[in-house]
Amino acid sequence: MNNDEIIQNLTQSDYKYGFTTNVDTETFPKGLNEDIIRRLSAIKQEPEFMLEWRLKAYNYWKQMEMPLWAHLKIPPIDYQDIIYYAAPKTVVAHNSLDEIDPELKKTFDKLGIPLEEQKQLSGVAVDAVMDSVSIKTTFKETLANLGIIFCSMSEAIREHPDLIKKYLGSVVPYTDNFFAALNSAVFSDGSFVYIPKGVRCPMELSTYFRINARNTGQFERTLIIADEDSYVSYLEGCTAPIRDENQLHAAVVELIALRNAEIKYSTVQNWYPGDKNGKGGIYNFVTKRGICKEENSKISWTQVETGSAITWKYPSCILKGDHSVGEFYSVAVTNNYQQADTGTKMIHIGKNTRSRIVSKGISAGNSQNSYRGLVKIMKNAENARNFTQCDSMLLSDRCGAHTFPYIEIDNPTAIAEHEATTSRIGEDQIFYCNQRGISTEDAVGLIVNGYAREVLNQLPMEFAVEAQKLLQITLEKSVG
Amino acid sequence: MLTIKNLKAQINGKPILKGINLEIKAGEVHAIMGPNGSGKSTLASVLAGRDYVEVTNGEVLFMGQNLLELAPEERARMGIFLGFQYPVEIPGVSMVTFMRTAVNEIRKYRNLPQLSASDFLKYMREKKELVEIDTQLTNRSVNEGFSGGEKKKNEIFQMAMLEPKLAILDETDSGLDIDALRIVANGVNKLKRPDNAYLVITHYQRLLDYIVPDVVHVLYDGKIVKTAGKELALELEEKGYDWIKKEFQNL
Ligand SMILES: Nc1ncnc2c1ncn2[C@@H]1O[C@H](COP(=O)(O)OP(=O)(O)OP(=O)(O)O)[C@@H](O)[C@H]1O
Ligand SMILES: [Mg+2]
Repeated sequence: MNNDEIIQNLTQSDYKYGFTTNVDTETFPKGLNEDIIRRLSAIKQEPEFMLEWRLKAYNYWKQMEMPLWAHLKIPPIDYQDIIYYAAPKTVVAHNSLDEIDPELKKTFDKLGIPLEEQKQLSGVAVDAVMDSVSIKTTFKETLANLGIIFCSMSEAIREHPDLIKKYLGSVVPYTDNFFAALNSAVFSDGSFVYIPKGVRCPMELSTYFRINARNTGQFERTLIIADEDSYVSYLEGCTAPIRDENQLHAAVVELIALRNAEIKYSTVQNWYPGDKNGKGGIYNFVTKRGICKEENSKISWTQVETGSAITWKYPSCILKGDHSVGEFYSVAVTNNYQQADTGTKMIHIGKNTRSRIVSKGISAGNSQNSYRGLVKIMKNAENARNFTQCDSMLLSDRCGAHTFPYIEIDNPTAIAEHEATTSRIGEDQIFYCNQRGISTEDAVGLIVNGYAREVLNQLPMEFAVEAQKLLQITLEKSVG
Repeated sequence: MLTIKNLKAQINGKPILKGINLEIKAGEVHAIMGPNGSGKSTLASVLAGRDYVEVTNGEVLFMGQNLLELAPEERARMGIFLGFQYPVEIPGVSMVTFMRTAVNEIRKYRNLPQLSASDFLKYMREKKELVEIDTQLTNRSVNEGFSGGEKKKNEIFQMAMLEPKLAILDETDSGLDIDALRIVANGVNKLKRPDNAYLVITHYQRLLDYIVPDVVHVLYDGKIVKTAGKELALELEEKGYDWIKKEFQNL
């Protein structure tokens, strides 16, 4: 067998998170209308202002059309054929562990996310979300002692309406784009984080999203506010069962960093990617944006994207405060018939703002992998600096890698640098590894991980190892 | 240990090796010399299992096994080591990760337990001292940004780590300064044992002052045209290859 064949066989590994959980699920009927939204808001016991906001978003969305500019082939989606709310029936008061359905506990155990605090990775607090609801948030009390709020979005809407009113939709308004409008109308849960002034969050905060129910869409919403002089590192993970149908995931994430605050947001995205013939898989249409609202603030996005049938995602930074910093580190792997169109936007508004973009695309099989990035330097952004490094690696000759960098500079003192490379995985490198006793599968894993090193180094330690394994598994049987 | 019988091989349909016979026994050092393009590296590639070289005839036995039917990694695990003429860079892969993966693969094959992280680092330190390689080099990515000579020293270090049965060193001496040459040669001599063997490909007699060969072969136009003791290397150094070419053409 030659290398190409080995590499081709290598990718056909199984998606190990593909199981389903049997729990009684309460679901709404399929379809979307004002009644569904009213029912959703009522079930969540939301204040009136939330319902009004949702309805405005819904009416706005109704007149919009799905965006088509991405380098993606998206089959038509029937938005009336989707269930907009599904929740395991047994989740009522979900912060006492005893009340959680053992099936749900087992599910999260199987995913490596035990809900018992003593069993967890030390230093990581978790919000576990299944379908439309949050199941359990751990370490809440520990964090509360520092004034940190870490809870489900539903709870935040009920318990902290002032913060919600002030910040929800402030970075991604519902008018922003088609999927953001849809999300604003129907989002069902997600995580909320508030770090008070001067507090360095002592543990990693993490949300684990799991789609379980059939025919449902997952629309979660995350809002993180880092008040002055605070710091938080947040990690998001996600998986879904293997299903023949495509399921829609349209999330919105908003980050707000005030003066001297820093938010580090990491994602290990592993939604079900579909089978090797391209059947099934999640459509991952996500709007993520952070604002460095005041001076010296910093937001950095790190993403390891391995899952989903289609990914449409551009975590962005608005650098409004002077001396603020935005970073985007990305590894996007596509295999078989996956498609990804991902990248970032760095909007420099304040003086001396800096941004750094490191994007590593890895394409295998028949997949299509695009980087799309915008660096915009506004009139008043004196001395703004951007550096962009955008690399693509090809593991087969049937896949595609594309880059769409846009640079708009309106200030003469600003400098934006862009470097890009495209390479095929080297036969010489693989052979060199083989000659040292390393199999081709392991060699591909090593080489790809080495190529993505700069991005993986940005991940919190506990997750870097997981992410490395994930890259290797995703590419098993893939070079060719 | 290694027996090559009437080996013929081609690249892209062009015959390169045209009937090689060679026998290497445990404990021996063989040198192969010969003009550029005569097929020395190609022979090394066949032994290591590169797939662009197509074997059309002959057989190769290594420790009693048919080498040609084994995958490159299996050959490596059995104890074949190739010091590359042009070592490859693998950006972002640390020497530690790379070597640990390789050493553990080979240990697995030899039914030895995997080395823990701390045992591995200790082992690596010992070998580094043995071959006098700069500590900084092993803290970097595999060959990335190494100078030509550093890459060659790194090959010897890897050989020391993997403890092969048969080490094929393809021009490991070229590009080395005098001190580095001595270090490389010392490494080889220290690692020499009655149960392993070396096939040293070189253009220079100088290396053979340090690593004294039992046998010297001359490869010319895909064939071994002359085999003799170490004095042959001296003769070649003095007279060049013309007389061999002539002798060969007269045959
Ligand atoms: N990948 C390849 N594709 C095509 N031809 C090749 C390839 N590799 C080697 N050759 C050819 O095979 C012949 C032998 O090459 P080889 O590298 O074995 O020579 P060598 O004896 O090692 O030479 P040198 O002393 O210069 O290293 C040369 O004519 C060379 O051009
Ligand atoms: Mg050569």
